[in-house]
Amino acid sequence: MAQVILFNVTNGLIIGAFYVLMALGLSLILNLSNVINFAHGNFLALGGYLAFALSPTLGYWGALLVSPLLTALIGLLVERLMVRRIYNRDPVYSLLLTFGLAFVMQDAARYIWGPNGLPLGLPDILAQPITQNLFFITWYRVFMVTIVIVSVIGLFAFLRYTRVGLRIRAGTFDLETVSTLGINVRNLRTFNFAVGCMLAGLSGVLAAGQIGLNPNMGDELLMPSFIAIIVGGVGSLVGTLFGGLLIGMAAALTTVFYPAASEAVIYAIMMAVLLLRPRGLVGEEGMMS
Amino acid sequence: MTTALVAGKETGASAEQLAAARRVLMLIAIWGALITVPLWLPLLGGYTALAGRVLVFGLAAMGLNMLLGFTGVLSFGHAAYFGLGAYGAGLTLRYLVHSTPLAMLAGTLLGGLAGTLFGLLIVHRRGVYFAMCTIAFGQLWYYLAYSWNSFTGGFDGLRDFHREAIGFGPLRLDIESGGTTFYFFLLGVFAVGVALMGFLLRSPFGRTLLAIRENERRARFLGIPVEQHIWLSFSISCFFTALAGTLYALLNNFADPLALHYSLSGYFLVMTVIGGMRTFWGPLLGAAVFVVLQDYISSMTVNWMSFIGVIFMAVVLFFPRGLLGARRRGAA
Repeated sequence: MAQVILFNVTNGLIIGAFYVLMALGLSLILNLSNVINFAHGNFLALGGYLAFALSPTLGYWGALLVSPLLTALIGLLVERLMVRRIYNRDPVYSLLLTFGLAFVMQDAARYIWGPNGLPLGLPDILAQPITQNLFFITWYRVFMVTIVIVSVIGLFAFLRYTRVGLRIRAGTFDLETVSTLGINVRNLRTFNFAVGCMLAGLSGVLAAGQIGLNPNMGDELLMPSFIAIIVGGVGSLVGTLFGGLLIGMAAALTTVFYPAASEAVIYAIMMAVLLLRPRGLVGEEGMMS
Repeated sequence: MTTALVAGKETGASAEQLAAARRVLMLIAIWGALITVPLWLPLLGGYTALAGRVLVFGLAAMGLNMLLGFTGVLSFGHAAYFGLGAYGAGLTLRYLVHSTPLAMLAGTLLGGLAGTLFGLLIVHRRGVYFAMCTIAFGQLWYYLAYSWNSFTGGFDGLRDFHREAIGFGPLRLDIESGGTTFYFFLLGVFAVGVALMGFLLRSPFGRTLLAIRENERRARFLGIPVEQHIWLSFSISCFFTALAGTLYALLNNFADPLALHYSLSGYFLVMTVIGGMRTFWGPLLGAAVFVVLQDYISSMTVNWMSFIGVIFMAVVLFFPRGLLGARRRGAA
């Protein structure tokens, strides 16, 4: 029993880590640009597929480094060409735009790489379990969680200690004032969008090593990421972090006792939060309205 | 001075008369086209079930537009209430009673009440945050229908039920076979729904919703209980969409989880925007365009997702006012 629980706790930690990485990217874009990026799951898949395409030439480590950057570049182009045109319009337009984009990206992935699952090869060291006893903890799982922790710390440090990060945080609260102070808000939003997509691309490479690639691999992560944001509190990245970990763990622990409800428990948490603490666990009062 | 004022009044009145005449003409054109569908649709190579689908999706999108276009609140989760209506009707027909009207009542109540209760939780949210809550809540029902295999049929959908003939004493409405009779039944329900919606939107309540859409803060300062109105609008809109959902179950004799999926919410929204989201009839026109396009594209290519996606993006970037919205702009 102890081993079953430990197994699921490990799973929860890993699923939660993916929710966190994905939801942080979504949250960054949502906070600064007021856009829900429906295509975020497709940027995740894109990151995974790029790693698949690059790893024969660059090797796994090279692909791990380059493909999130390429995903960010594509995100930057998407923002420049399309998303920025609808910033000042009714929110329905941004949702429909990214929703349409998600359809196109998914179909494109299916067209280029085929509808069937593909594996992403891992270096030998990562594929081995740490000990015979705990066979389910492979080095790769430790590696994934480490990368996620490093990137989250990196993101928060970037937002706190750099000039651009400061501007992004300020823009979250009052974009108009930031603009009046002479900061180029257009470029700031483009950059921020690209950073969000980079996080999605990174989760894609990591996820591909664990579950393989398929054209709609990001779809299953999209809804839990929305819920992580709602639970944590819109407008707060720390909230998103806790929200993602919380629902990942809750889903995994429910699996131990009643597997059928593991999806339902996420929604139950969301409803409870909306009912009892509408601003979210860490959210600021008034940020959600 | 006085003459100028009088003249101004007169031209104003005649412009009003013109607008009224145009409205009457448009109503005649719309209802005339809808009533004569069984005559002209086969000539164009369509089939009556396609027209039925336009009516069902049109009603759902018009219900959604009451919230989006006439209250200014964005829901990306209306497929949930549509699907709940469909499942409510289907489950009633399968497990409880073989009665079409009762199934419709049960489905409409299920979807409408779910929306009413959830509306209470999110009525203080605005904009994209409101939308995000509606998406997430909507997916709850998708997962429920998907995973509760024994009751809902899971991924394969709910089968083994069919619409029943309706009897009013000696009168009998034989809708079981589909075809023209069933189309007119759908049109009848659609007409009642749309008349009710039109009545609500023209009432003081509907005007208040417009005031909230135009300037929420001013409406609040006038003493209008804004949250209460948005909640009511959300709830009523869910009831209409759920009614459309029950018709969907009757149309196909089938209810599937995709009727609950947020993709369908996106389709309703794009129908509304294609037709013109500030207009009453826009969503119906948008539904007609979208249903016909989707039918055509999915029969032509396996890459239909790309085409639908491109339609979404093109509408947003190049055609945001919609068909009827653009016409109105040109007239003004």
